[in-house]
Amino acid sequence: MPRLSRWYIRAGLVHFLLGFTVGALMLANKGVPFYPAAWRWLPVHIELLFMGWVVELTLGVAFWIMPRFWRKPRRGNETGAWLAFLFLNVGIWMVVAGSLWPLTSWGKTAVFGGRLLEAAAAVAFAVHIWQRIVPRNFIPPAHKQ
Amino acid sequence: MPTLTRWFLKSAFLYLVGALLLGVLLAANPLFPLPDFIRFMGPVYFHLFMVGWISQMIFGVVYWMFPIVGRENPRGNELLGWLTYICLNAGLLLRVVGEPAVALRPGTGVGWVLVISAVLQWLGGLFFVLNSWQRVRERGKL
Repeated sequence: MPRLSRWYIRAGLVHFLLGFTVGALMLANKGVPFYPAAWRWLPVHIELLFMGWVVELTLGVAFWIMPRFWRKPRRGNETGAWLAFLFLNVGIWMVVAGSLWPLTSWGKTAVFGGRLLEAAAAVAFAVHIWQRIVPRNFIPPAHKQ
Repeated sequence: MPTLTRWFLKSAFLYLVGALLLGVLLAANPLFPLPDFIRFMGPVYFHLFMVGWISQMIFGVVYWMFPIVGRENPRGNELLGWLTYICLNAGLLLRVVGEPAVALRPGTGVGWVLVISAVLQWLGGLFFVLNSWQRVRERGKL
């Protein structure tokens, strides 16, 4: 498993545990109320588990198992995938922070900026992975010389 | 495919079927007279799908496919894997019962079912992370 996949998947596991913790607290509060404002955390729960867990794990595994080239660099130009990791994680935490104060102007700005970064992450990762979605025995033009 | 993975995947498909059947009931509720508890099953529908189906599929495939960690215990601590399975499923099934019960009879002590459900599911998640963390590694080691 390459280093970048390990970063993606470990970040995903951390987000998973945080998202599960928030969810467990909300569920327990539904049964035996102890914190009236627990529902404020619902967007955080969703963000951590959708973007932070499912998307992050998916990108990490995709970077790992998608076809590699016969010659180095085996995974092509990795810049887009690394940028995606950075954008995605900064974006997730901006959305999380903004979601906790949704009525403030900085909260709205943080959510907007976070969503922009998440979209940029998707673009960057797609640019990287596009070159690797190829048939068996494909030789990229750069390797033909 | 290891035994634990087969349990995860087969359970996941049962939850998928259950979630989609519950979706049918939720959609039918405004059209036909159905038992009262059905209208409180919205969150259960969503979590049967996301926890029972998607998370459980991921757990099973991670346990199966991620790099192995050694010759004796190639997939980490198998007991922790089984505890993940038991806690997650027991917690989720308790939620199926507890969620409508709490909505229909608030303040009767039945709320503790949801507390137990939350703790069990959280423990299942914790055990999964603990067992999977060591398997996020460069390559399988024998």
